[in-house]
Amino acid sequence: MFFIQLKELFKSYGSVTALNGLNLNVPKGSLYGLLGPNGAGKSTALRIICTLLAPDSGFVEVAGHNALLEEKETRRKLGYVAQEVAIDKILTGRELLTLQGNLYHLDKNYKKRRIEELIERLEMAEWIDRRCGSFSGGMKRRLDLASGLLHEPQLLILDEPTVGLDIESRSVIWGLLKELKNKETTILLSSHYLEEVDELADEMAIVDKGKVIANGKPDDLKRELGGDRVTLRVREFSNELEAESVKELIKNINGVSNVVINKKQGYSLNFLVRSNEVISNLTEHLSKENFEVFALAHSRPSLDDVYLQATGKTLMDAELELAGKRDFKLEKKNSMR
Amino acid sequence: MTITDSSLLEKKNSTNDFNEIIQETSALTWRLFVQLIRRPSTLFAGILQPLIWLLLFAALFSNAPIDFLPGGTSYGEFLGAGLIVFTAFSGALNAGLPVMFDREFGFLNRLLVAPLNSRSSIVISSVIYITSISLLQSFAIMATSAFLGYGWPSLGGFFLIAVTLLLLIFAITGISLGLAFVLPGHIELIAIIFIANLPVLFASTALAPISFMPGWLGWIASINPLTFAIEPIRLAYQKSFDLSSVLIYAPYGEVNGYSCLAVLFILTLGLFFLIRPLLNRKLA
Repeated sequence: MFFIQLKELFKSYGSVTALNGLNLNVPKGSLYGLLGPNGAGKSTALRIICTLLAPDSGFVEVAGHNALLEEKETRRKLGYVAQEVAIDKILTGRELLTLQGNLYHLDKNYKKRRIEELIERLEMAEWIDRRCGSFSGGMKRRLDLASGLLHEPQLLILDEPTVGLDIESRSVIWGLLKELKNKETTILLSSHYLEEVDELADEMAIVDKGKVIANGKPDDLKRELGGDRVTLRVREFSNELEAESVKELIKNINGVSNVVINKKQGYSLNFLVRSNEVISNLTEHLSKENFEVFALAHSRPSLDDVYLQATGKTLMDAELELAGKRDFKLEKKNSMR
Repeated sequence: MTITDSSLLEKKNSTNDFNEIIQETSALTWRLFVQLIRRPSTLFAGILQPLIWLLLFAALFSNAPIDFLPGGTSYGEFLGAGLIVFTAFSGALNAGLPVMFDREFGFLNRLLVAPLNSRSSIVISSVIYITSISLLQSFAIMATSAFLGYGWPSLGGFFLIAVTLLLLIFAITGISLGLAFVLPGHIELIAIIFIANLPVLFASTALAPISFMPGWLGWIASINPLTFAIEPIRLAYQKSFDLSSVLIYAPYGEVNGYSCLAVLFILTLGLFFLIRPLLNRKLA
C-alpha cells in the first residue's frame, strides 16, 4: 500500500521547469529518500505534498486523501520540516512548541506531555527555555523537527534535514528518524548527501531535472549495477577523442559493462567489472593498444555510482553545474506566498 | 442516525470549529503580543513621535492671535485631534509588517502547513493586535494632550472617538495587510509606509483647517480619509456636540458628522470586499 502517490506532476516557475512529469510511490511505514542535487525539483515536490504549493497538473494522494482537494485532512496527517528553518527569534523554544501545539488544536495535557517527551528525546532540555534567536543551526533544526513531530503525524516530511549541521545534531536526528521508522511512521526525506540516504532510506528515488530517473531499495540499485565500479584514467587530463577510443576498446572486453565517460572528471571512464580477473585482462588490452594507465580505482558500488550511471555525472558535479545556474532571488520569491 | 442525532452532531461540529478558531487566533495573537513585550521599541516610538509633534507644534503657534483659528480654539486643542488620528493611522499602516516578515522568513509557511480551521485567524490575529496597539498609542496621546491642558472628551465624546478610530484603523489595516501580501519584500512595504505617512498627514486637516489651504490642497484634504476621522474627533472634544452639525466646509459642499462616519464606514467595507479575494487567494 502506498502512503504517498504522485502521478505526472508538472510545475513551472515562469520559464523554469521545476517538475517535469514526476511520478513517485512511497510505501506506508517506509523511510523514503529523494536524492538529487539542489535545484532538481525535490523541494518543489515536497511543498506540493505538504499543500503549500499547487502543481500545474498532476495527481497527489497522501494518506488516502487527494491532497489537492482535501487539504485540511492532508495537513492533519503530516509533519513538515522545511529546508529553511522558520522559527520566531523572539519566542523561546518551549513557547514555539506550545504555539505549534495550539495551531494543531492539541489538548492541553497531551500537548504538555508531548513537549516534554520531545525535549528529552531530542536532548533540548538545557537550552529550550532560551530565545530561539540565540540558537545554533543544529539547535534550530532539532526544534524544527520537534515542531513537526508534536502531533505524532503519520507522515513526516523533511527537506534536507541535516544540511550544514554539526555531527552531534546530525547523530541525534538520524537516531530519531531510525526510531520513528521502527514505529511505522512514514518518512519522506530529501537530501543531496549520499551517505544520509544510504544510511537511512529503505527505498529511494533519484530526481533529476524534475523527474524520477531511478528508484528502488538502495542495495538493489547498487546490485543492479551488476558488479564493482572502476574509474580509469589513461592520462591525467584526457580528451573526448581519446576517451571515446578507450571506451570502444574496453566495452568489448568480456565482463565489462555500463561504460560512461565522465567529462567533468578529465574524461575519465567509469564502468562495471564482473570480477577481479576482468581488470587484469583490461590492463593487458590497454597495453597492447599503447594506452597507459594513469589511474585505476576499483570499489564496491556506491549510491554515487548509481547516480552516475543514471545521469552520466557524479552528484557533486551535478551540484556544481546547477549551482551556477540557480537564481536565488527567484527561488526566494517562489517560496513566498 | 435520527434527525436529533444529526442536528446534535452538527451543533457539536460547529462548536468544535468555533473553539478551534478561538484557539488558533488567540495563539497567534499571543505570539504578536509576546513579540511586542520583548521588543517594545516600536510601541514607544509610535507614542513618542506624535508626542514630540504635539509639544513642538503647539509651542510653535502658542503666541498666535486668539482668533487665529475658527471658534477661537488654541492651536494645541486644534492639533490634538489631528495627532490622535495620525497616531492611529501610522500604527495601522504598519499592520502588514509582521505578516511581511513571516512571509519573507518562511514562518507563514509553518502556519499554512498547520491544519488551521480557518486561515482567517492569521488575518484576524493581526487585526486584533494592531487595533489594540493603535488604540493604546492614540489614548496615550489623548492623555498627554489632557495633561497639557488641551481638554478631555465627555463619555459620549470618548465613545465617538473610539468608533471613529476603529473605522479608520480597520480601513488602513486592510490596505497594509493587502500590500504585505502583494509586495515582494519588507523594503518595498517600508518605502510605501514612509512615502504615504507624512504627505497624507499634511494633506488633511490635522495641522490646519481647509480655509488656510490653497484650492488644490483644500480639494485633496476634503477627500482625505484622515480628515473624515479628524473632524468628528475634534467635535467629540466639545462639551456638547451634535453630529448633524457641519464639520467640513469642502469645495464640493458641506459635510456633517454623520456623513464623515458614513464615509469611513463605506471606505472600510469597500476595502474589506476589495482585499478579501486577494487574501483568500494568497492564503488558499
